[in-house]
Amino acid sequence: MSNQRVSRRQFLNYTLTGVGGFMAAGMLMPMVRFAIDPVLTAEAGGDYISTGTSIDELSDVPTRVDFSYEQKDAWYTSEVTQTAWVYLDENQEVVALNPTCKHLGCTVNWEGRESDPNRFFCPCHNGLYEKSGKNVPGTPPTAPLDMFETRVSDDGILQLGQVVPNTIA
Amino acid sequence: MLNKIYDWVDERLDITPMWRDIADHEVPEHVNPAHHFSAFVYCFGGLTFFVTVIQILSGMFLTMYYVPDIENAWRSVYYLQNEVAFGVIVRGMHHWGASLVIVMMFLHTLRVFFTGSYKKPRELNWVVGVLIFFVMLGLGFTGYLLPWDMKALFATKVGIEIAAATPLIGEQIRTLLAGDPNILGAQTLTRFFAIHVFFLPGALLGLMAAHFIMIRKQGISGPL
Repeated sequence: MSNQRVSRRQFLNYTLTGVGGFMAAGMLMPMVRFAIDPVLTAEAGGDYISTGTSIDELSDVPTRVDFSYEQKDAWYTSEVTQTAWVYLDENQEVVALNPTCKHLGCTVNWEGRESDPNRFFCPCHNGLYEKSGKNVPGTPPTAPLDMFETRVSDDGILQLGQVVPNTIA
Repeated sequence: MLNKIYDWVDERLDITPMWRDIADHEVPEHVNPAHHFSAFVYCFGGLTFFVTVIQILSGMFLTMYYVPDIENAWRSVYYLQNEVAFGVIVRGMHHWGASLVIVMMFLHTLRVFFTGSYKKPRELNWVVGVLIFFVMLGLGFTGYLLPWDMKALFATKVGIEIAAATPLIGEQIRTLLAGDPNILGAQTLTRFFAIHVFFLPGALLGLMAAHFIMIRKQGISGPL
């Protein structure tokens, strides 16, 4: 401790600031915590969603598979439809690519431009991807297409899980 | 640190005189509870302002989750109260504060009345105070509908019926408030929301500014 004397004015300033700050914090803390709640709420791990598509329908050519699920957005629950491009690779393993372009998030299509066969095409800025999802150098995308975790149910129906980074490109 | 920032700004903008004008003023002995404890009655105006600040803050935060739409209003209130952290506290502050502000304002009015502070030259400030009182009642009335539950709906039905009982222009007032001559529904809710969060608070801030500028200019009325 220093032997510096605290004047009466200083003492009152410190106590009033402290008590005032404490009261203001007590008022503001609930409101701030309330506001930042979405950031702190842990995201629930996704379940696998059945697409209703049998793996017998799949081939080595990517086919468009639409699937829908119930999305709970705070107080609003709705049916959301998503798309995957699905094909079987050389080992007959299912590959399901997420069609969201890695450039700016538009939606890509398999052979979406006639001049680019066997590629995914993004119409927004002419982005191209190989069948594996690998981005074609010289086009805007900087990363390969993401893919869905896949699973096949006992009766041969394709199920899709979380979107994960591409592991095959 | 804070002192340095203050000095930096002060050097450029010379804010000390403004700050002095706002914060540095004499508190006469007869209104200081430290001298006469009964002078606490002079605190009710400040307390009304304090609760009003809490109302504005908590209201701002509530609109982060609230939707003024008949499909979603009740569900968003339910969500923010039961699912969001501290939702019950923030909504509680706004709910109880709404009643408290009326109580404080009423006590403040009684103090002004019984100390005769409304007399010349402060008549105008009394008039502005009464306008603030009406604006606060309007805020209470419009805010009551927003949770869109049964209590809100039927309270507003009654309130609009009362307004509709105005001679000659009753029907027009009803339509103006509810947005429809017959239905108390979608348009009523959006209207009440707009009035509650934009129009009345705007009027309130203006009136409060006038109230405070006048009291600062005229000073607190003398002892009894």
